[in-house]
Amino acid sequence: MRTIIKYVVLDLVKNKIILVYSFFLLAMSLGIFSMDENATKGIMSLMNLVLIFIPLVSIIFSTIYVYNSSEFIELLVAQPLKRKTLWLSIYTGLSVSLSLAFLVGVGIPVVLYDGTATGWILILSGLFQTIIFTGIALLASVNTRDKAKGIGISILLWFFFTLIYDAIVLLLLFQFSEYPLEKPMIILSMLNPVDLSRILILLKLDISALMGYTGAVFKDFFGSTAGVVISAIVLLLWSVLPVWGSLKKFQRKDL
Amino acid sequence: MIIASNVTKTFGRLKALDNVSVNCAKGQTIALIGANGSGKTTLIKSILGMVVPDSGFITFDQHNILHDWNYRMRIGYMPQIGRYPENMSIAQVYAMMKDIRKSSSTVIDEELITGFGLNELMNKKMRTLSGGTRQKVSASLAFLFNPDVLILDEPTAGLDPVASEILKQKIVQEKEKGKLILITSHVLSELDDVVSEIIYMQEGKLLFHKSLVQLQEDTGEIKLAKAIAQIMK
Repeated sequence: MRTIIKYVVLDLVKNKIILVYSFFLLAMSLGIFSMDENATKGIMSLMNLVLIFIPLVSIIFSTIYVYNSSEFIELLVAQPLKRKTLWLSIYTGLSVSLSLAFLVGVGIPVVLYDGTATGWILILSGLFQTIIFTGIALLASVNTRDKAKGIGISILLWFFFTLIYDAIVLLLLFQFSEYPLEKPMIILSMLNPVDLSRILILLKLDISALMGYTGAVFKDFFGSTAGVVISAIVLLLWSVLPVWGSLKKFQRKDL
Repeated sequence: MIIASNVTKTFGRLKALDNVSVNCAKGQTIALIGANGSGKTTLIKSILGMVVPDSGFITFDQHNILHDWNYRMRIGYMPQIGRYPENMSIAQVYAMMKDIRKSSSTVIDEELITGFGLNELMNKKMRTLSGGTRQKVSASLAFLFNPDVLILDEPTAGLDPVASEILKQKIVQEKEKGKLILITSHVLSELDDVVSEIIYMQEGKLLFHKSLVQLQEDTGEIKLAKAIAQIMK
């Protein structure tokens, strides 16, 4: 497995997009922190970057990369290798490279300027977003043969998780505003890794008071040890399940 | 050595393989013949595990290949259209393959690399290569690890006459070592002095599997091309 990961990472480094991505993130983070006097405000601005931009880059880049490696994949499946090894190596190579870019671009500035627990939660969330959306990209690309369609599906999935999902939740909130919605809201926010990360960061920032009664319920749940453990489990499930699904599909795929 | 039992594979509505059973033994050189789209490449890809059959199974030395991958250590495969990572050089592709298939027991056979004169092109990127040169790379990769089984899908298509002759000599040489060789080709005249068995496929079905001698007797023709032409009538 290590041999294949080596070739994937080498290929990604040669690709240079990952390098450009880390520099871009670094410039953004440094810019945000030097503009705001208050590091907490900087974290707030960075949070939006992390929760919208990171998923976008991870999902689109990984999808395109998988399609562009079709020759590499075709060459290697005829060799004495497990398909599982090949697929997981591609996943590992991609998520490790993207995570490193994130750590360089956002992780280092956050630790330098902020370094509080909130900062660490932000870094952890960004890492989770990276590997979760890389996994979703693999699932989208293994299921569609056509490259344009696969990339389209990836963009739609990103749209869904960052925008459409929230719109649906808001709609539900207004439609059922006469019912107690706090518990369903917690479950709904668990189903979306982006929302879950956002809530975890916001609660750490202690501005949940702004969210009214729902905020209090959130604080009650996500602030407790059980809530944190459950959130961590859900994020882990989000990082594992799409990749596992894509692996099952890839093992039966005709090449 | 390789036994396929009742292998069926459909792509959408198309039945690419329809209940195909074959038995390929060590030392045979088998020509896989059939019209375009008769399922030859699908059969080859099923043997390699690149295509997963809907039903039926394939065994390699009595082991089902379905969840196995080690058996591919003993196969050299030359695809019909060799596709390689575009931004790798020939040398890098060879290095990667050696890295993946390395084991102490394999003897590296670089005869074809020198025969084709690929040594001078080692630093060229795969995307800059002509179709024929790619075929040369594919062919030399198939023979590189001295495998027990060689599967060659249209090996001479796109090769110039000189390279084609070198490859043919190499096939004969490997045949004499007692290896199992599977070849598909449309240029039947080329197969005459190489093959010992014929498998004929039509619309996903295996029509017959005979030795060349048997086929010559049955049709009264000595040349393979003429014998096949008579059957196709």
